[in-house]
Order: sequence, then structure tokens, then C-alpha cells
Amino acid sequence: MEKQNIITAKNLSAGYSSGKSQKIVFENANFSIAKGEFVGILGPNGAGKTTLLKLLLGLLEPISGEINIFNECPRCGNIKIGYVPQHHSFDSELMIEALEIVRLGLSGNKLGFGMPSKNRKEREEAFKMLKIVGAEELAHRPLSTLSGGELQRIFLAQALIGNPDILLLDEPLASLDIRRESEFVKLIKETAMARNITVLLIAHNINPLLSALSRVIYVANGCVAVGNPGDVLNSESLTKLYGSPVEVLRDSYGRIAVIGAEEGAHHHEHE
Amino acid sequence: MFQYDFMVHAFQAGTIVAIVAGIVGYFVVLRRSSFAAHALSHVGFTGAAGAVLIGINPIFGLLAFTMSGGLLMGILGRKAVNRDIQIGTVLAFMLGLGVLFISLYTGYATEAYSLLFGEILGIASSDVLITLISGVIILVALAILYRPLLFTSLDEDVAEAKGVSVFWIGIIFMLLIAAATSIAVQVVGVLLIFSLMVTPAAIAERLASKPAQGIAISVLIAVLATWLGLFISFYLPYPVSFFITAIVFLIYIFIRLMPSTRNFSFQAHYQK
Repeated sequence: MEKQNIITAKNLSAGYSSGKSQKIVFENANFSIAKGEFVGILGPNGAGKTTLLKLLLGLLEPISGEINIFNECPRCGNIKIGYVPQHHSFDSELMIEALEIVRLGLSGNKLGFGMPSKNRKEREEAFKMLKIVGAEELAHRPLSTLSGGELQRIFLAQALIGNPDILLLDEPLASLDIRRESEFVKLIKETAMARNITVLLIAHNINPLLSALSRVIYVANGCVAVGNPGDVLNSESLTKLYGSPVEVLRDSYGRIAVIGAEEGAHHHEHE
Repeated sequence: MFQYDFMVHAFQAGTIVAIVAGIVGYFVVLRRSSFAAHALSHVGFTGAAGAVLIGINPIFGLLAFTMSGGLLMGILGRKAVNRDIQIGTVLAFMLGLGVLFISLYTGYATEAYSLLFGEILGIASSDVLITLISGVIILVALAILYRPLLFTSLDEDVAEAKGVSVFWIGIIFMLLIAAATSIAVQVVGVLLIFSLMVTPAAIAERLASKPAQGIAISVLIAVLATWLGLFISFYLPYPVSFFITAIVFLIYIFIRLMPSTRNFSFQAHYQK
């Protein structure tokens, strides 16, 4: 039986407009993503990877074409989506404990204080989520004392707390070292599989994702290529996408390096 | 001490202002908007000086100018609120304009002095009533907005994705800062607004592991400093605002110098 598609894009063009000027980020994207897939969104800086997530979150309207999520237009506050942004606005000296940040993912959008009994239940739920991501011992630690890897677990727990069907993760590996990258990808993969969650993850370096990926969305040069990692991440496909010669090299471990095109289109293993 | 009406009024208004400033201040600190709050008080000074010039109650000028400034900052958004240089430029101009208004005013210079440094011992019962009504409105608004305001203050992008209107929360919060600033000016004046709206909250932020605790600590410090300041100034011939600022500053220094504030935080009491 064919898997159910939960995200579909048809002739999708996206960009930003201010006043009369309009900046197209990418054009004419067509793809669909089925339930349970683990999709890596790749491409150079500024190519439109975050723009794609913003469209799915309902924070940005398409310039033309359409994008649907659960057969409807994206809208803000969709409880079926868990989201981890690239940057967080809180101060690096913040002493608030991790559990409170996770809890906000459940009720931070509701008015008022919340009833004490409900607040207690929310804290229990937040603790449960921290346990799922293996961070229960961090529950009462101030955010300012957590490392990059520990913080990512907290944000993952916050994104998971509403029991979403889709996880949108914007560069969650950016602040991690190579060993932690692989561990974190494994954690996301296992959690997503156990809960049948579809994952869309933006990454700069594809190599830690290779074992987890079911498909790749590659955004570059105003175009979007979608397919299995082997079909997209090869010299022919990326040369076509960039419109200039690009070479994809594989080492004896199967790791990939993209060479050529503009600077910033690289997915090196920095060892 | 309490047989004097002026002291009763001072304690009444001071307590209301300390509670409001303590709570609003906690969010100001979380959002890193303290310079914007400070700038609003200077904008308020110009409004109040203008009101004095045309012979109306300065609080109306304060409210009109801080609310307009707050609205403008809210519309421009949080990124604009954190632009120190632009805010500093507007702040300096507004202060200059305020000085012009004061120089045009032919009355007593004490008006200007009380705007700049507060005149809590000169508060009339009608001012206490205005302070009380404003304070209740601000607190009710904060109670309604508590969770979305906290969410946007801590993690704006996630809050926005979760359906919180970051734009409207930003505008309403700037208006609340404006209103809180207007009533706090009576106690500590425009130049010392930090002492009630930022310092107690900054201390609380370093101590509390939960937002509700942070708010409670912030309010407690603001209220205690105000009471203690009033108490001391009753017996000593120096300004109340000096004592309030000195008390919160000393607590702040003490907390900053504590070797392990992080470990001291209230988290330890909440281990499962």
C-alpha cells in the first residue's frame, strides 16, 4: 500500500517582498513527503532552506503555486507540528530551568496563568518528554549551564511535547561536535520511528544524516531537487541544479563531499 | 511616621509602583528591553515637562508621550527595540526637548527636579488613586497575557510558530511598559527608573529557576527597597530615590559577587 502523503508542494515559488520589490528565493518546486519519512533539507547558505520551513509553519505565504500540509494550507499554531528554530532568543545567562522551557511548548500560547492542577500535569508531561530524549537529569538545570548538545535535547523535547506528527528542525546539528551530531541524529531517528513522526531536518553537513535519511530536498540556485539521497547527491544531478559543474565525491566510509559551484555548497566531513 | 498623610500616600503609591515595576521589569529583563524602557521614561519626561508648561497635571503628559513612544516601538518590533544606537539617539533628542520645555516654564524648578528624580513625598491622594487604577489595569493585562508574553520573551520564534502573535504581544507589552514607567516616575523619577523596573528583576533573574519565582523575588525586592527607602528617608534629610536605588544596587552587587549564584538558584528545592 502506498504511504499517505502529508506534505505536498505544487509549482511552489517562495520569496520575500518589501514594498514593490520582490525577492524570489526558489521557484517551481514540486514534491510530496509521506508519513514517517526522514527528510534532509540541504543546500548552501541563503538558498531557501529556512524559507521552506517558514512556508510549512504558515509564517510565510507562497508567491505562487501551493503547499499543503495534512491536505490544508499551512497555518500558524498547528499543533501537529513540532518546531526547533535555528536560533533562540533567550539570554545566555538565563537561569530558568529546562523543564519550564519544555512546558512552554505545551501551553505557552494559551492566555492566563493556568490552573495549578493543570500546571502540575504539564510539568509531569514535560518531564516525560525530557525522559524520552534522555535528558531527565537536565530537567531542573538552568539553561545557561547546558552545553550545545544538552540544549538541543531540551528543544527537541519542547518540539515533541504536543505529540506532533511532523518535526521541523532548523540546523539542530550546528552547535554539535562530530560525535554528538551522530548521537543526536540517532536520537531523532529513533524517537521519530517510535512515534511515527515525519522529520524535516535542515543540515549543512549531510554525512551525520546519511544513515537516517529516507529522502533529500536540495535547495540551490533558486531550484529545488527532491529524491533519494543517491539520486540527488551525485555530480550529474547537482550540476544540473546549480547550472555549473559540481562534483560529488565519496570516500571509503561512504561520506560525501560536494566540490565546485559556489563556496558554501559544501558538505564536508571536518575531521 | 504614619500620622502624616504624605507618608501614608508615599507608602501607598510606592507599594503599588513597586509591585507593578517588579512584575513588568521581570519581562523587560527577560526580553532584554531595558534600554527601551529607560528611553521611554525619557520620552515621558518630555511629555511631563510639556504638560507642566501648558499647566496640566504632568502625569497626563507622561502617559501621552510614553504610550505614543511605546506604541511606536511596539510597531517597529522587538528587533527595533534592541537597537541601542537608534533608541539612544531618539532618547537624547527627547531629553533635550524636555530641557527646552523646562526652560520655557516660568514656575518653580522643583517641578523639573521631581520629574527627573521623583517626588514620592509630595504625592496627593488623587495621585494615589490614579496610580492604583493604572496599576490594576496593568496587572490585569499582564495576568491575561502571562503565558504568551513569557513564551515570546523566552523563545520568540517557537512562540510565533505555535500561533502566538508576536507582533501584538510586542505592542501591548510596550504599552504596559509605558504605563508602568509613567506611574513609576512619581516615585523614582525618569533618571532612576532602572532602580525599580530593572535592578530588582535582574537580581530575580539570577536567582529564580521558574518565572513565577522570578516575578515574586522581583516584586519582593522592589517593595522592600521602596519601604526601606521611605523609612530611612523619614529620619534622614536625603532623597528617598537615593535610598531606593542604593538598596537595590547593593543587593545586585551582593548577588553578582556571590561565587555560585547558579548553584544557589532555587532549582535545588524542586528536585523530583
